[in-house]
Amino acid sequence: MAIKQITVFLENRAGRLLEITQLLADNKIDLRALNIAETTDYGLLRIIADDTEKALTVLKENGAIATTTDVLAVAVPNVSGGLNTLLQVLAKANVDVSYMYSIFGHADENAYMILQLAEADEVAALLQKNGITVATAEKLGIN
Amino acid sequence: MANYYQKEMECASREEMVALQNERLVAQVKHVWDNVPYYRKKMEEKGVTPDDIKGINDLHKLPFLTKDDLRDAYPYGLLGTDLKNCVRIHSTSGTTGKRVVAFYTQHDVDLWEDCCARAIVAAGGTNEDVCQVAYGYGLFTGGSGMHGGSHKVGCLTLPMSSGNTDRQLQFMTDLGATIICCTPSYAEYLAESIHERGLRDQIKLKAGIFGAEAWSEEMRHDIEKQLGIKAYDIYGLTETSGPGVAFECSEQTGMHINEDHFIAEIIDPDTLEVLPEGSQGELVFTSITKEGFPLLRYRTKDITVLSREKCSCGRTLVKMHKPMGRSDDMLIVKGVNVFPSQIEAVLLENGYPANYQIIVDRVNHSDTIEVLVEMTPEIFSDSLGRITEMEKDLVAALKAMLGIYAKVRLVEPKTIARSEGKAVRIIDKRKI
Repeated sequence: MAIKQITVFLENRAGRLLEITQLLADNKIDLRALNIAETTDYGLLRIIADDTEKALTVLKENGAIATTTDVLAVAVPNVSGGLNTLLQVLAKANVDVSYMYSIFGHADENAYMILQLAEADEVAALLQKNGITVATAEKLGIN
Repeated sequence: MANYYQKEMECASREEMVALQNERLVAQVKHVWDNVPYYRKKMEEKGVTPDDIKGINDLHKLPFLTKDDLRDAYPYGLLGTDLKNCVRIHSTSGTTGKRVVAFYTQHDVDLWEDCCARAIVAAGGTNEDVCQVAYGYGLFTGGSGMHGGSHKVGCLTLPMSSGNTDRQLQFMTDLGATIICCTPSYAEYLAESIHERGLRDQIKLKAGIFGAEAWSEEMRHDIEKQLGIKAYDIYGLTETSGPGVAFECSEQTGMHINEDHFIAEIIDPDTLEVLPEGSQGELVFTSITKEGFPLLRYRTKDITVLSREKCSCGRTLVKMHKPMGRSDDMLIVKGVNVFPSQIEAVLLENGYPANYQIIVDRVNHSDTIEVLVEMTPEIFSDSLGRITEMEKDLVAALKAMLGIYAKVRLVEPKTIARSEGKAVRIIDKRKI
C-alpha cells in the first residue's frame, strides 16, 4: 500500500526551490504533495509526484541529490476529530510516526495525509482493520 | 636485536655528533662561499662571512634558501663544483613552475646511498634479503636512491621501477621479495591486487619502506595488516639528495635524521625565528657534506616537530615527526595551526568525500572557520535526524583533531568550484 515519496537535498538559498519546481514543471511533472523540513543551512524537500521514476531521473540528471522513501497516504474524514481518530489508532498500536503532511486538494470527501513510519505495510493493514482508508497510488493518480 | 649500517654515526654520543657537525658545517660554508656566487651574495647582503660561522651555534646567522631561489638559480646557479666533477642529476616533478635540478658528484651519490642503506638496515634488511625497488627510476630520486642503498646492504636488488603491477607481483612471488620500497599509495594498490589474485600465501614480504608521499597512521596500519609486514616511513627531498634524509626504525615513532650529513632546524615560518627543540614549525635543512649541490638553511615548507627522546633502537640521531602539512597551506585560526590535510583526513574517516572548502572569516573580532562539504547520494537520507547526527559527529571529530570549533555546512554537489589542477581549498576572508 505504500507509495513513493521523493526527498531532495536543498541548500538554503534564494531561488533554489524555484529551480526544482521549474525543472519539474518543464518536464510536465505534477505534484500531489509537498513538504519542507529545514535546518539553518539546508532543507529536505519531500514531494509526491505523479510520475515518481521520471521525477527522480530528471532531478538526478540535473545534479540534485534525491532518494525515495516509502510513505502511506491515509484518508482523514473531513470532520472535526478526523485526524484525532487516526492518531489514536496509531498510538494504541505504539506506532511511531516520523513526520506527516497533507496532500493538496481532495481526491474524494476525505482529506489525505502522508505519513512516514517504519513497517508501512503492517501499519496500512492495521489502519484498514480499524476502518481507516489508505489510498493506493492509482487512487492518487500516481504512476 | 637492532642492527645498524654505520653504528659509529647512528649511535654517536651527542658530544661526538656536535663536534662532527661543527667541523663539517665550517667546511661546508667555506665550500659554498668559494663556489656558489648566488649564495655568497646572499651572505654578503646579510653581512656574514665564513669567519662568522664557527659551529652549529652560528647557523642562525646564515640566510635561508627557498624553492624560489632554486628556481631563480636554475639550472646552474647553486652548483657547488665544476660540472666535470658531477656524475648525475635528479630533478623534482616540476608540477609547480620551473623544475629544480640537483647535481651529484660520485662522493655525493656514495653518501646518499649510505643514508638509504641505513634505512634498509633499520627496517631489518641484511644481505640475505631480496629488495624490490618499485619507486620510479629516472629523474625521480626514489628509484636510484633505494637501489643504491640496497646494493650497499648487499640485498639481491630487484630494479622494478614503478608500475606494471602484473610484473611486480610475478617477481615478488617468483623471487621471494622480502622488502618492498615504493610509495605508500602503490603499496596499498599492490596489497589490493595481491588479495584479488589470492597470492597472499605466496608473498614472503616482511618489511616495506614507503615514502615520497604524505600518509597517515591509519594507512600504515592498513598496509601492515593487508601485507602482513612492518611498514617503515622514509623522508627526503630531491633538493637535499632524495630519500634517506631521515628514516624510521623499529620503534616507528618518527624518523631519525642523518645528522652527520644534514643539520635540522625548526623555525617559525612567519617570523623565521629558530624555535626551541620540541616546538612545531617549519623544517629547515643544512647539508654539511655536499659537493655538487650544497644547500645551506633550505626551507622545506614541511611542518614537523623534532625530538631527542631516547629511542629504544639505540640510535641517537634526532627524530622528526611525520610532517603534519606544508607551511604554505597552513592556516592560523584563533591562534591554532590548521592544515587542510587534517580536515581532509577527518572527512575521509567519517565517510565524507574529500572535496571540501575551508572558509575562514573574522566576525566580531573573533576568527571563525567553516568547512563546506558536498552532500553525496551515499550519505544522503530522508531522515533529517540522521543527517544532523552525522553532522554533529563530524563537528566533534573536527574539534578533536583541530582543537577548535569548526562549523560544518553541507552543500549540494558541484557547488564547490573545481579548478584545473589544484583545488581551491581555502578562502580566507579575514581583513587583518
